Amino acid sequence: MGRSTFLGGIHTYDGKELSMDKPTTVLLPRSDLVFPLSQHIGAPSKPVVEKGEKVLVGQKIGEAVGFVSANIISSVSGTVKEIEKRLTVQGTMVESIVIENDKEYRTVESFGVERDFTKLTKEEIRNLVKDAGIVGLGGAGFPTHVKLTPKDDSKIDYVIVNGAECEPYLTSDYRMMLEEPEKIIGGLKVILRLFENAKGIIAIEDNKPEAIKKLSELASKENRIEVHSLKTKYPQGGERQLVYAVTGRKLNSRKLPSEVGCVVDNVDTVISVYMAVAKSTPLIRRIITLSGDAITSPGNFNVAIGIEYWELLEAAGGFKDKPEKIVSGGPMMGNAMYTSNVPVTKVTSAFLAFLKDKAAVEESPCIRCGKCILACPLQLMPFELAALSNRSDEDGFVKKDGMECCGCGCCSYVCPSKRSLTQSILQTRASILAKRKKA
Amino acid sequence: MLSDLYHVSAAPHTRSSVTTKNIMQDVIIALIPAGLFGVYNFGIHALMVIAVTVLACVMTEFLYCKYRKKPATVGDYSAVVTGILLAYNVPSGFPLWMAALGGIFAILIVKMLFGGLGQNFMNPALAARAFLLISFPNRMTDFAVDKIASPGVMDYLQKGFMAVDGVSGATPLAAIKAGESVDLYKMFVGQIGGTIGETSVIAILMGAAYLVLRKVISLRIPLTYILTTVVFMLIFGGKGFDTTFLLGQVCGGGLLLGAFFMATDYVTSPITPKGQIIFGVFLGLLTGLFRHLGGTAEGVSYAIIFCNLLVPLIDKATRQKSFGRERAAVEK
Repeated sequence: MGRSTFLGGIHTYDGKELSMDKPTTVLLPRSDLVFPLSQHIGAPSKPVVEKGEKVLVGQKIGEAVGFVSANIISSVSGTVKEIEKRLTVQGTMVESIVIENDKEYRTVESFGVERDFTKLTKEEIRNLVKDAGIVGLGGAGFPTHVKLTPKDDSKIDYVIVNGAECEPYLTSDYRMMLEEPEKIIGGLKVILRLFENAKGIIAIEDNKPEAIKKLSELASKENRIEVHSLKTKYPQGGERQLVYAVTGRKLNSRKLPSEVGCVVDNVDTVISVYMAVAKSTPLIRRIITLSGDAITSPGNFNVAIGIEYWELLEAAGGFKDKPEKIVSGGPMMGNAMYTSNVPVTKVTSAFLAFLKDKAAVEESPCIRCGKCILACPLQLMPFELAALSNRSDEDGFVKKDGMECCGCGCCSYVCPSKRSLTQSILQTRASILAKRKKA
Repeated sequence: MLSDLYHVSAAPHTRSSVTTKNIMQDVIIALIPAGLFGVYNFGIHALMVIAVTVLACVMTEFLYCKYRKKPATVGDYSAVVTGILLAYNVPSGFPLWMAALGGIFAILIVKMLFGGLGQNFMNPALAARAFLLISFPNRMTDFAVDKIASPGVMDYLQKGFMAVDGVSGATPLAAIKAGESVDLYKMFVGQIGGTIGETSVIAILMGAAYLVLRKVISLRIPLTYILTTVVFMLIFGGKGFDTTFLLGQVCGGGLLLGAFFMATDYVTSPITPKGQIIFGVFLGLLTGLFRHLGGTAEGVSYAIIFCNLLVPLIDKATRQKSFGRERAAVEK
């Protein structure tokens, strides 16, 4: 068993008190919805609808291309208005399907039909997950059916539900654990049917005692499921940190969790698996936290995927004052945006707005204080990797394990000289990956 | 309008409140007790030495940046720290022009010519001390205090309590080396001879405790350094387990000031925790060797600048093994 924590990491102001006690409210879209065809890791999906075509809630509009890819499902009924390049959170223009919402929410026939998952075969479960377009909702967007299909099912001994939610400000997973714990247990039971030798572990940071209590009560009735409380530290929810904290097994960047007998899925993903398999509801909605000191009334919202950020913002009462920075995702790993006219995707966990941009600080020379080394959860030497990056020494970068970086942002956070270490390292890492792909 | 747009930058979008300037400010605050005691002990001239070295360091850095048309870096206060440390390492009666020369040497030669903050390979204050010791050996080792027969208020101010209370000007380490006994209580308080900032154990420890509490320094280097020195002296000192002798080795001379304030200098010490422990051990061994076999009673500053040169090697030898790797990356 693991030690419930990991080496390195940081403690930071978590801002969760702004929204953790706000129950999720369902938000219906008022305007057009935008579905980028690439909102997951792997090949972009290909559109299966045409301009002018009528679509229903739950209808597949984008189809997975190959194994590592994911379907895209319409979250509203209406007409396909456009298939064109649209701006995404990452700042790139991505081919997207734009749907004009008729606000009638007519669904496809099979939508919402109850199903007894205990009577399904493994293959049927995997196909249902694949058809529902489920990807890792924690942020990476790795197609879930791929994760659930390791080489050997019998070698998986842990299915870990990631309820760490270590990113500051985010409370969407927390709200799900409080509001729909039965669905988490249900989803985990579905996944456990795939792995006969596995034990289900719901891992939660100990700053969420309510969630631990609630899920422990439910887990006590199940013989293959238990709750594991983790020490609160960022990035406890990182896959490699989580696997280590729960099982004591170490993963490097080239290993998948299944190679050490683990399957890791986020809380929201597990609920989606349950909804897809037991309720015939594909991935069309998700929970998003709206928070930050510039938001009038922070809260958690259950929104249709494809809705644009400005609609969420209106629902939260708009800005208190003009923010300097708006971020999709958490403050440590999220993306800054220059406009709120971009759509929510499957992997959006939060919309944050800050009056002050704390990252807008002057860089000064490295004083070799060593704080980045102590903070790195992967025991890398960020100051050295950043220096190698800055002089484009890619061979040196690889030799010093730069490719192991997970991009958690701890090094930049702690640096007293305010150097953009994470940025330099990730940039070089991306450039090396791109070259490898070409070769 | 540009100011109307939201900021866009790479993650993370939040930063800790610790800055280089904060750290330097903390070091300056931590150095104040030792300085105050130095002035109390040695009189107003000690304060002037401190003022001159700080001014020389700051002005040198400022003018250098101006001349090289680089952004001014004096705002990070690192030059102030260098100035204070240099002053703490010279005798109270040191001529002011020599002190100024030391400050210029520390900043210009040791720091700026190598690229400024973060690039110097040696502690600037200690390198300047070595430079002064070689250039002006007599003045650097002259700890004499003029005795005053019937002191008035002005005498206290000008010459300090040392002169008035009639404490010997010789440093305790020199006394130990010469086979004389030392007064531990006086040493602890600091009413002894020595350089401006090194005499008061209690003042140095107050500053060190502040730095540890503020998490500016860790105890890895100072503790291993001091312990190794004690162990060395225990084995090779020739006095066996003689507490007065051992405590004299720790509290007399520059060991505490060096261990807490100069060996811990980020730029010139190893960056990994393991490396810092090795560094501390090396420092202790060298200090012991220099004190035991060397010509003078002191050994701290040479031990530190010598070990500063070993830092790149120590860093290389103590690379961390990255998470999930069987071996350290560099071996592959």
